[in-house]
Amino acid sequence: MSLAHRIIPCLDTDGERVVKGVQFVNLRDAGDPAALAARYNVEGADELVVLDIAASRDHRPTFLETIRRVAAELAIPLTAGGGVATVDEGRAILRAGADKLTVNTAAIRNPELLTVLAAEFGSQAVVLAIDAKRAGDHWEAFVRGGSVATGLDAVAWAHQGVERGAGEILITSMDRDGTRSGFDCALTAAISRAVRVPVIASGGADTPETFLEVFREGRADAALAASIFHDRIQGLGELKRYLGERGVSVRQTG
Amino acid sequence: MNIALVEYGAGNLPSVERALTRLGVESRRASTPEALASSDVLILPGVGHFGALMHSLTERSLVNPLRNAVARGVPLLGICLGLQAMFATSDEAPGDAGLSLFPQNVSALPPTGRLPHMGWNQLRRVRPSTMLEGVPDDAYFYFAHSYAALDAGEAGVALCDYSASFVAVLEQGNVFATQFHPEKSGPVGARVLSNFVRRAGGKQ
Repeated sequence: MSLAHRIIPCLDTDGERVVKGVQFVNLRDAGDPAALAARYNVEGADELVVLDIAASRDHRPTFLETIRRVAAELAIPLTAGGGVATVDEGRAILRAGADKLTVNTAAIRNPELLTVLAAEFGSQAVVLAIDAKRAGDHWEAFVRGGSVATGLDAVAWAHQGVERGAGEILITSMDRDGTRSGFDCALTAAISRAVRVPVIASGGADTPETFLEVFREGRADAALAASIFHDRIQGLGELKRYLGERGVSVRQTG
Repeated sequence: MNIALVEYGAGNLPSVERALTRLGVESRRASTPEALASSDVLILPGVGHFGALMHSLTERSLVNPLRNAVARGVPLLGICLGLQAMFATSDEAPGDAGLSLFPQNVSALPPTGRLPHMGWNQLRRVRPSTMLEGVPDDAYFYFAHSYAALDAGEAGVALCDYSASFVAVLEQGNVFATQFHPEKSGPVGARVLSNFVRRAGGKQ
């Protein structure tokens, strides 16, 4: 008996439709979030993440409606975020049906936000999302959808974020995002060693071997991917069977 | 049969409601002492902080109506923090009294594993369980918590081992509870909810 490693499909949305791009640019339409959510719920996803990558205030009501539509399809946990900067915005997302919130840019600008959100909703509901890019011998955290460098060391920021109240870290390698060249195991392992909360690895998912690597070498608790699932390049059941056969604890379904 | 979800601001109430709807089970929300008193079955959802939950129940004058309902034999299901609230005290809020249906304390899980205990885990069954009827022994359930009841005496029917052995399913007379979230635990979670509803006397 042991805690299963989670496989998490991610829906990047413009608030309303699922979109995808390579290294945070060149976005194109990839479907209806509720339809994809329904599919992943049946196919054995352990959790679903839905992000509003546009995160403009004008679109917020649309995104909340998207969360409601997605949540209605799920009997698994739902994490949502994108542009959350206040307790009220966090509450709106949770009330719409999410179990957890991701916070990114606003937490770097105001780390106290993590403390306030954790006090209000519990640490288990606060996921600190970090977009990191290799910079020499370390990784730098970026904000605003990966467009603005912060000068912050991603590993140090993860550690500080947990001290502030984050209950989970979602670490995205900007170097690997959308490239299908494997997760950044060195980055994920560095984050994993620096914190005592669960770590979700993101960016670079490809073959089942890349998941095996990120669970073993990257010491990830969960792995997130988007296009390989959306485009049916990788089936969830097949991926979990592969991992299970190699001794990784996973929740087998069906 | 009148099934009521106790409404006091719990974040997961709508999820539980949706899970019941998927089972074809009608429920309503109860946020007043009168509404609790007129319910045949009660469900106490919960997520967040022990102290905040108890303050919220106290502000709405729901503590005694809940305890009285249990004393009358009304079936009660506690979920996650709703399980923890059934105990006398919690390390999470040392000054605050719980519902005290069980005399023990809720403990902080020791930091030997990553906390929160977040994700899908299996159970170790130690006594016959109504709620786990028809559920495969190796089934996974979704947990998200850092505190847990390490001991509930004979009421603990299934345990989970993570950092410590803790009570994952609790059953005693008309009182039922799960530390995991059945409403987020896929088909096996739905089975647990339907087992509770059936035991409580309603349709499946």
